[in-house]
Order: sequence, then C-alpha cells, then structure tokens
Amino acid sequence: MTAVSTSYLHDLTLSLPEVFLLGATLVVLFVDLFISQAHRQLTYLLSLLTLVGTVVLLVAVPEGRHVGFAGMYVTDGFARLIKLMTAGTVAAAFLYSRDYLIKRGLFKGEYFVLALFATLGIFVMASAGNLLTMYLGIELLALSQYALVAFDRDSPIAAESAMKYFVLGAIASGVLLYGISIIYGVTGTFDLSMLAQRLDAHALTQVGLLFGLAFVMAGVAFKFGAVPFHMWIPDVYHGAPTPVTLFLGAAPKLAYFALSFRVLAEGLGSMAGAWQGMLMVLAVLSIAVGNVVAVSQTNLKRMLAYSTISNVGFILLGFLTATPFGYRAALLYTITYVLMALGSFAMIILLSRKGFEADRIDDFKGLAQRSPWFAWMMLFFMVGTAGVPPFAGFFAKLYVIQALVEVGFTWLAVVAVLFSVVGAFYYLRVVKAMFFDAPADDAPIGGAFSFKVLLSLNGLAVLALGLFNTPLVELVAKALR
Amino acid sequence: MYIAVVLAPLIASILAGLLGRVIGRVGAHSVTILGVAVSFVLSALIFKGQAFDGQPPFNGAVYTWLVSDGITMQIGFLIDHLTTLMMVVVTFVSLMVHIYTIGYMHDDPGYQRFFAYISLFTFAMLMLVMSNNFLQLFFGWEAVGLVSYLLIGFWYTRPTAIFANMKAFLVNRVGDFGFVLGIAGIVYLTGSLDYQTVFGMKQAMAQHSFALFEGQPFNAMTVICICLFIGAMGKSAQVPLHVWLPDSMEGPTPISALIHAATMVTAGIFMVARMSPLFELSDTARSFVLIIGATTALFMGFLGIVNNDIKRVVAYSTLSQLGYMTVALGVSAYGAGIFHLMTHAFFKALLFLAAGSVIMAMHHEQDMRQMGGLRKYLPITYATSLIGSLALIGFPGFSGFFSKDALIEAVGESHLNGAGYAYFCVLAGVFVTALYSFRMIFMTFHGPERMDQHTREHLHESPWVVTVPLILLAIPSVLIGWVTVGPLLFGGYFDGAIVVAPEHDVLKEMGANFEGPVQFILEAFRAPALYLAAAGVLSAYVLYLVKPEMPAKIRARVEPLYRVLDNKYGFDWFNEHVIAAGSRSLGKLFWTIGDETLIDGALVNGSARAVEWTSALVRHVQSGYLYHYAFAMIMGLAALLAYLLFHT
Amino acid sequence: MLANYLPVLIFLLVAGGFGGLLIVLGFVLGPRKPDSEKLSPYECGFEAFEDSRIKFDVRYYLVAILFILFDLEIAFLFPWAVSLHAIGRPGILSMVVFLTILLVGFIYEWKKGALEWD
Repeated sequence: MTAVSTSYLHDLTLSLPEVFLLGATLVVLFVDLFISQAHRQLTYLLSLLTLVGTVVLLVAVPEGRHVGFAGMYVTDGFARLIKLMTAGTVAAAFLYSRDYLIKRGLFKGEYFVLALFATLGIFVMASAGNLLTMYLGIELLALSQYALVAFDRDSPIAAESAMKYFVLGAIASGVLLYGISIIYGVTGTFDLSMLAQRLDAHALTQVGLLFGLAFVMAGVAFKFGAVPFHMWIPDVYHGAPTPVTLFLGAAPKLAYFALSFRVLAEGLGSMAGAWQGMLMVLAVLSIAVGNVVAVSQTNLKRMLAYSTISNVGFILLGFLTATPFGYRAALLYTITYVLMALGSFAMIILLSRKGFEADRIDDFKGLAQRSPWFAWMMLFFMVGTAGVPPFAGFFAKLYVIQALVEVGFTWLAVVAVLFSVVGAFYYLRVVKAMFFDAPADDAPIGGAFSFKVLLSLNGLAVLALGLFNTPLVELVAKALR
Repeated sequence: MYIAVVLAPLIASILAGLLGRVIGRVGAHSVTILGVAVSFVLSALIFKGQAFDGQPPFNGAVYTWLVSDGITMQIGFLIDHLTTLMMVVVTFVSLMVHIYTIGYMHDDPGYQRFFAYISLFTFAMLMLVMSNNFLQLFFGWEAVGLVSYLLIGFWYTRPTAIFANMKAFLVNRVGDFGFVLGIAGIVYLTGSLDYQTVFGMKQAMAQHSFALFEGQPFNAMTVICICLFIGAMGKSAQVPLHVWLPDSMEGPTPISALIHAATMVTAGIFMVARMSPLFELSDTARSFVLIIGATTALFMGFLGIVNNDIKRVVAYSTLSQLGYMTVALGVSAYGAGIFHLMTHAFFKALLFLAAGSVIMAMHHEQDMRQMGGLRKYLPITYATSLIGSLALIGFPGFSGFFSKDALIEAVGESHLNGAGYAYFCVLAGVFVTALYSFRMIFMTFHGPERMDQHTREHLHESPWVVTVPLILLAIPSVLIGWVTVGPLLFGGYFDGAIVVAPEHDVLKEMGANFEGPVQFILEAFRAPALYLAAAGVLSAYVLYLVKPEMPAKIRARVEPLYRVLDNKYGFDWFNEHVIAAGSRSLGKLFWTIGDETLIDGALVNGSARAVEWTSALVRHVQSGYLYHYAFAMIMGLAALLAYLLFHT
Repeated sequence: MLANYLPVLIFLLVAGGFGGLLIVLGFVLGPRKPDSEKLSPYECGFEAFEDSRIKFDVRYYLVAILFILFDLEIAFLFPWAVSLHAIGRPGILSMVVFLTILLVGFIYEWKKGALEWD
C-alpha cells in the first residue's frame, strides 16, 4: 500500500505544472465568480500569475524523460519545450486581448478561464504517453475552443461559426476515437511506447491497423486544418472575435504538433511508410489550396486563415520525412509560425477600435503614414510568413525543404517552393496596401503601452530569429534529442 | 569590445533613422556623434593595445549564421595591425565629418536622415574592414555601396543627383560582378569563406587552372585575383570603372569627404592589401593592377586641370591618388599603399571639407570661375586648404610627402612587367597634381574677386562646427607622416597582416637605407619628384595669377587635346552611346519578344490569372453550409482509405 | 485480428436486416384504407392547436446537459466504490480531487443562475 502511495506522490510531483495549472485555474474561476465587473482586472492578473507559476514549475521539473501514472503521463524535453512555448504564447494572447475585450464589454472571466483550460489540454497532449490521455487532452482543448469561439454571445456570426466548429469537431473526434479503438482492437494496447514495441515493419500488411491509421490521420488532419479537412478554419477564424482567433491561431498549433509527434512518430513510427504517403497528399493539397485561395481574399482574417492552412502544409511536409532532422524542422516551423501568427493577429487588434474591426486588407491602407513603426512590424510579420530572408520564416522554410531534399523528396520541395511564390503575392499585397496606398482613415493608433511593447518585441523577434537562428535551432534540437 | 565598435554606430543610426522625428535634430546628431565617438575611442584603444602594448591579433567568429553544404557562414572579426589602422582612420574621419555636418546640413530638411545614413555607413565600413571572412566582407562591401547610393541621391528631387546615383549603382554592379566571381572561385577551390583557411590553401589554389576558353587554361590564382581586383576597380574607381565618382559629387559635401574620398573608395585598396597572400602568387594579376593604377593616376590628374567645379577638381584628384595607391599594390608595396591611404584619408577629407566650407560661404556656388580672393574672408578655410594641398602635392615634411615619395621610390625599385610605364606615370602625375592643386588654391583664394555683389556682402567664415574639424584634420595632415613613416613602411608594422614574397619586397630594399624621417626628406632632394612638384606649383602660379590670360591661349593652341580632356576621354560618351544604348536596344528586343509576350503574357500574367481564377473557383467550395463541410471531410476520409487500398 | 470483428459485422447485418424487414413487412402486409379522419393530424381527438414541432426553451438543454454531467458522475462513482479496496488511498484521493472539481463547476453554474428557470 505504501509503495503505491509513494509512486502516486511521485507521479503527482512529475505532473506538478499541470496540477498547479488546474488548481490555479479553478481558483481563478472561483474568484471571478465573486468579484464585480469593476474588479475584473483581478481575474486577468491572476490568470497571468497562473501562467507564470506554471512556467516556474515547468522549469523546476527534472530534465530527462520520466514516466508517471503507469505510462499515461510522460515528461521529456519535447513536452517541456511545447509547454513552455504554450505558456508564453497564451500569456502573450492575454496581453494582446485585454484592451480589445474591455472596449467591447467582453472582459469576462470566462475568456481567461477557458483559455487556461485549453492550455491545460495542450499540456496533457504534450505529455500524453497513452492514446487515452491524448484523447482527453484533445477534448479538453477542443471543448474550450468551441466555447471560446462562441464567447461573444451577441454576435450571430460567432455563434454560427462556433456551431460549425463544434459539429465538425465532434465528427472529427468521433473519427479519431474510432481509429484509436481499431488500433486498440488490433494491438491490444493504448500505451504509445508499448504500441511502438508491438508494431514492426510487419504492421504495414495488417489491413486493420491501416484502417485505424487512416481514421487517426483524418482526426489529426482535421485538428491541424489540412485540406480537405480544413473547411472549418476560414469560417471560424473569421467568425470568432479577434482575440479568440489570435488564441486559436497560435497555441493549439503546438498541441497538434505534439499530437502528431506522440502518436505518429513515437507510437506508430514503424508505420511511417503508410502515413508518409497520406501526409504527402494532405500537405501538398494544403499548400496548394491554402496559398491559391488566399489570393482572392479581401478579409485579412480569412486570408490569414488560408495562410494557416498553407503553413500547416509546410509543417506536415517537414514531419512526413520521418527523420529526426525533419521532425526538428517541423517543430521549428511550428514555433516560428506561431510567433508570426500571434503578431499578425495582434496587428489587427491594434488597428481595431470599438465598432471597427480592421480585419479587411483595405483597413491597412496607408498604415506607413499613420504609424511607420507598426507598418514595419506588420511588414516583418508578412514577409516573415512569406519566407523572405533574413526573417525567421525563411529559415523555417529552408530547413523543411532541406529535410525534404535529404530524404529524396525533391519534387515535394519544388512544389512547396512554387506555391510559396504564389503565397508571397498575397502577403506582399498587405505590404503594398500599407506602404503605397493612401490611408483610408486617420484615426490615431490606440493600444496600451504594454501592448505596443510586446508587439514590437514580437516583430523584432521575427527578425532576430532570422538573423540569429542558432539558439532556436539548438533549442529544438535539444528538445527532440 | 570589438562588437561594441561596430554596434555603437549601428544603434545610433537606427535611433536617428527610426526615431528621428521623436528625438529631433539635436537628438539625432548627438546620438550619432556619441555612437561614432564611442567607436573611435574603442578603436583607438584597440590600436594602442596592438601597436604599442603588443597584444596579439584577434581572429574569431562571433556568431554562426548558417551552415549549408559544409560552408559556414558566420560573422567574425579579424583584428590585426592592418584592421586597427583602418578602424582608427575610418572612425576618426567619420567623427570629424559628423561634427562638420551639423554646420553644413544646418538648413536641410533631411537632417536626421542624413545622420542616420552616415552612421550606418560607418557601421558598414567597420564591418567590412573588421571581417574575417568573404561573406561578411561582401556584406560590408554592398552595404557601403548602398549607403553611398542613398547619399549620392540624397537630394532626390534633383534629376542630376538621381542620374549620378543610378550611374554609381550600375557601374558598381559591373565591379561587384567580378568580385562575386572571384569569391565564387575561391569557394569553389577551397570550400571555405574564412580568410585564414583560404590563405592556408593558397599554394594548392595556385596549382589549379580554369579553362575559360576551350583548351586555354588560365592559372586559377590569376583569374581569381583579377576578378577580385575588378571588384576593387568598381569600388575604388579605377579606369575604366571610374566614371561614377566625379558624378557622385552631386551628394552633399560631407559625404564626398567621408565616403568618396577618405573611406569607402579605399575599400578596394584595403581589400587587395588584405588579399596580399593571394595576389603575391600571381605576377600577371599584379601587372594588371599596376597598369590600371598607373593609368588612373596620371590620366585622371589631367582632368583635374581642366575642370572648373571645385568639388570635381578634388574628385579627380581623389581618382588620381587612388591610382597611386593601386600602383603601390601592384608593385607589392602594400604597406606604402595603405600608408598613402591613411595620409590621403586625412588630407583629402580636409580638402573636401574645406571645399564644402567655401561652397557654404559662396551660397552653394561651386564654379571656381566665380570665386577668387577668398583668402581674406575665409582665413581658417584658406589655411587648412593650403595645408591639405601641400600635403597632397608632397611638400617635404607633410604627410603626403612621405607616403607619395616612398610609393614612387618603390615603383622605381620594382621589376614587374609594366613598372617602367608606371614609374613614368607616377612621376608625371606629381607635376600634374601640383598643377591642379594650386590652380584650385589660386583660383579660389587668390586673384581678383569674381563673385557677384550680393554674395560678396555675405561672405564670412564658417561656424566653429565646420572649422574645428578642419583644424583637427589639418593636424594629422601635417604630422602623421613624421610619426608613422618609419614603423609603417620599414618597421614591420604589417608583418603577419600583409604577406609579401621576399623577391618582391621593394620596401625592404628601401628600408635598408632608411635612417629616420629627416634623412628621408633630405634624400628626396636628390630625387626628381620634388622638383616636378615645385614646377607644378610654379606653373600654376604663372598661369593663374601672373598671366591669367595664358590658359585660354594654350587652350586655343591645343584645342583637340582640350576637347578630349573636356569630354573626359569620352568614357561617358562611350558608356552612354555604345554600352547603355546597345544594352538598351538589346534589352528592348528581349523585352518585347521574351518578356512581354512569353514571360509576361504566358507565364506571369498567365499563371497569375490562372491562380486568381482557381482561387475564385475554389472559394465557392467554401459555401458556409455545414453539410458541405462535413461532406468534404467524409470524402477526405474516404480518399485516405482509398489511398491505403491502392498503396498496400 | 479482423476476424474478431466478425460478430460485430453479423450483428450489424442482422440488426439492420431485421429492422428493415419489419418495416417492409408492415408496409406489405398492413391493410391500407385511408379516409379523411385517418389522415388528419389529431390531438386526443381534437383538431391540432399548433404545429407539432415547437421551439423548446434553450434552458431545457442546459438543464439536460447539467443533468447528464451529474448523472455520469454517479455512473463513475459505482465502479470506483466497488474497486475501492484495490485502489486504496490514491483512489480516494483521486476521487476527492474529481469531486472537488465538479463541485467548483456546480458552484459556478449555481452562481451564474443556470439552475433558475426564470
């Protein structure tokens, strides 16, 4: 009995960041219930404190790979990096969102609590050692996201997109769960490391496993928003309030990378021959459709949604090489993309004010005259995402392409580069609007001081990580050792 | 510490450029002057450490940017005696120019922009000289070029400025093309961008040969060195790539002093000196260098005699002096070349700034025919210009004397192919230099006052921000030669930084007879150069003060020759009518056939249209209906399953 | 392995077939003599007052979902109670945590007024 207790304690200590995050979130929820709207800042501050505390605990967790809860929970360098990045991203999302929410009377505790629960979901996914833990994390994240999209209750378009997201998400969850159950049926285990042991090259001939894999694949593709499972992305990005879009566009991408890494690379690694082909189709379709359709968008949020789809294609391209270098390239790409997506959406928030969303490309006209500094920041984000050197996005793309060439998928690399060129067009269109068109309105640029500082740092980081990309490369390499 | 040297001006430049409106004029010049001053002080400390305290050279990477195909691209510094000398010269002149600019650009609306540019230039130039690899060298090379174009076109509303800026850009592209080819050749042969590695493999490189034409192998080292030197020709304005430099005088005068006289144009000289281990292995390449340099030195000097624009005269003199430096490189007297580079940086910056001071006083009138007798209105400017000119013509004891005399003597000692021609050119050049320098002094400061009434009433000496840099620059123009001639030329200061093969080492032969500056001066009285210079000054005195009607008569007598000079040997005409027109018509041909119909019509617009069309089409798939979306998902799933069916 | 799923397949076939069969049988065998009374919609013999599809108050769903939540909680408590001996102190601790979370949720919905009909 005591043996059980000590191991239980050990497990709890391992998962202390999650335990703390959950506890603190409940406290935030509780406190928020009993304070008046005037004191809502307290919720905001407590939420940020929660993240800070979580980060502190994350750093304190012993390094190296540790397994707890009978293999359900795994902590290693990868999980740690994903979690730290997530915490940072969510904190940035909170900072970016505050003013927007206050101005529109949306400054409610639920935004923060739901986002924190979503964060917990991401943490669980990053540390999942078992298909069930993974599923638990996915659902925790997904349910929080559905609710977040519908967060602005008076907006019909938000409600509509939340509904779509929910229904499609439910289908995807069902498909994923179905795939998991088939895999369990064939192998008799949910445990990812056990799965890796039981599967060998022989697995590719087992029709049942392949069926399970296809269903899991569809689920993963939906989460990422890869074509043809991408339909929800534009509607949801467009319909949700911008701070929610900012949140959806950033942190969960890290989680979905964790999902594919844990399940496909770690658990089903020996079936790479099968999922490589599927990912290839998904990735090429995503890059093609994402980039091509983005060209005809006039709404910036929708454009960024399609840009997400194409960038997801790139992440999958790096991933499908199934080499350590490829995984690293994909993770590097994900992190870089998250950074740039945060900034791009934050720019929309910066320009918006009550009754004006600033989410059309036309709203950015002449920004260079209204605020040269932030026009340059937006330029950094746009050309960074387009993959122009020396910005961070360039190296991310370069590494992915290098990984592809290394394993002999040269044609994929060529396709990727070609569609990136198409993609450059619509990013540059924003730049053109900012620098060469006359301003459509001359309202002063709002935004709190902390917001502006963070946004500037974010923009400069996109540049700095291009000029000095070694630290990030090393960080990623360390995490995926 | 090394990083601080380059970062101080960069940060200052960013502050002045991006926040120019916020920090205002005073803020902009304070922050940039502070940045450059920090850089200067640090450079001086590093110089002291290496030259006097015997600290070893530093060579190391600061940051690795990218590793691709085994070639490491990094930012690194190689700080040796050559570098520290350049750093001190660059930062000192830059600091003087910064201070001077406060006065010169006082009324200009682009005040902050200007300071941002010149600080940025200082950063780029430092990156160039401090580099320890070819990539960073190239980066600095292009960056100084960029700032130079920006500054030539600084007054972008003037069409001539835009034309000059374009010309500088195009001509430099030709040079850069050669430069890149040279670097590519090095990477091809050694697989490295690092100086140390490349120099270590120089013997192996010299064994290779490139078959440029069928069955005609060329020594690899010769090809690479000539390519590199073509880059230097562009940047250091050697014939025939010199045409941009006179036109660059369209830029503000401080720029002419800093970029187009003292620092940037000497980048080519510096680069060749830095590459001395490579150039030493190719006599052919050095002969090429020698002949180009000698031609530039003499023939550009002639142009100085016929020009009437005060800045252009100084510009042609710069060209001619750059030719001198190049000649020194050609005869393997790298030390003498760098020595002349240093003294020239001081006195030529001085002359330009003095010319600027005159121009300011004359309300931006640059024609010397409208000047005269300014001596009494601008005493400080006069005195400092005189010092500058004396240094330039090589008056015994002044800095230019030491460098130029040593250089000429080195040419005389050399046995390289073309050395005889070069010796003649540099000697004749001495006379020409003295003639145009004092022609300028006499036309500007002596003789009758030819300006109009209005200008004369407003003539007054420039403010202290202008005169103080003049005085500060005049001091080294006089003295620096005394102090440095011994160690720099004969004392082995450059040992390790510059490599000279023993059989080429002309400076060493001269050094055997060297017994201190005084003896060096006395020695000069036995050589022809000094008398030629005196003859030049005398001719100028006679022609422009005693008998001012003489030049016109001479001109009438040798009309065709004058025409040739006035047209600058027809280089501009040739470029304009043959190269530019030819390439334009060729371009037009390609444009109509290749670009407009094929690329634009079919490829670019065609694919753009195709993308747009597809985009609009696919957009309709995004119908907004939930069941459409769910349907797509199910179809996707089915497709994945089908994929399995066909692939397993 | 896939053979293990054969009974499931058979079950699906039988269930589907049987369901379909009954409908078809009723369709085929049942007598059909429609008249106006038989075809009219009726409500306990009266004419219909309104459309049979009425809008439910959204609160109904809210209560239903809350009910399911706590219903599932009970369903979870049963296996836990039965295996309490095997899982020991960690088991009890875990359940305390679980119930605490649920309790916070309960307080939240209560305070937000989700349980008040009006």
